Amino acid sequence: MKVQDLIDKQIFHVVNSGDDTGREITGVFCCDLLSIAMGKAPADSAWVTVMGNINTIAVATLADVSCVIMAEGAALDEVARAKAKQQGVAVLATEEPVFDAALKIYQELHG
Amino acid sequence: MAEAIRLTYEISPDDFTRAGEASSDVKKKLKSLGVPPEAVRKVSIAMYEGEINMVIHAKGGLITVEISPDQILMILADKGPGIPDIDQAMQAGWSTAPNEIRSLGFGAGMGLPNMKKYTDEMTIDTVIGKGTTITMIVKI
Ligand SMILES: Nc1ncnc2c1ncn2[C@@H]1O[C@H](COP(=O)(O)OP(=O)(O)OP(=O)(O)O)[C@@H](O)[C@H]1O
Ligand SMILES: [Mg+2]
Repeated sequence: MKVQDLIDKQIFHVVNSGDDTGREITGVFCCDLLSIAMGKAPADSAWVTVMGNINTIAVATLADVSCVIMAEGAALDEVARAKAKQQGVAVLATEEPVFDAALKIYQELHG
Repeated sequence: MAEAIRLTYEISPDDFTRAGEASSDVKKKLKSLGVPPEAVRKVSIAMYEGEINMVIHAKGGLITVEISPDQILMILADKGPGIPDIDQAMQAGWSTAPNEIRSLGFGAGMGLPNMKKYTDEMTIDTVIGKGTTITMIVKI
């Protein structure tokens, strides 16, 4: 499933569509602690978190995930939003809890 | 790429809005040089953890990156407090990060373990009260 496919399903709001919506999503990862996400989030995964500061965007870029999903209605702060635009990181959002958001992506990936 | 390319970055202390910029810049340069994605990812992760540690635990410092055809060398030198017990600091879960830093998502105590995991060589030279220099190599 590509980032664009996930956007088209309208399960999540689009905060920033990013530079490469043709990018594949091959898995899903959940954690709010940045260095755990950094060490364990697989490249090309969708990363579900409630942590919405600029460091989230830095980790997303450097760990090379396909997109960030902000769960629980958590917002990206102003600085982080600008950074996401500048770095071309795809960020989607939902009111749903972390597990439910991740499960939806898992179901889209694995039917 | 016959000769090594050398990049240097001044890391300013306590600036979380800029932390990660040096690592992001290195990532971009490696990509454009055609370094294999797996090596780029390793360097990005290891350097970010080191860069953030310089911001949080030291008083900023200097990062030097040397890109050669067969390896990427990173030297992170700070003039912070030093690390009293390296074995303890290297343990997964050990962190002295203060609460306001933890509320940003740091403090899992996984930064140094990540640096070790994603590099082929890593050495820590530290002197209490003088500073810490971490040298890391990722082979291409
Ligand atoms: N450059 C440094 N100067 C002084 N102390 C350091 C430095 N880097 C790490 N430390 C010490 O080692 C500890 C462990 O570092 P590590 O990066 O593994 O975890 P952390 O930074 O506390 O949390 P995180 O999981 O967010 O990285 C730190 O809490 C700090 O006490
Ligand atoms: Mg750290």
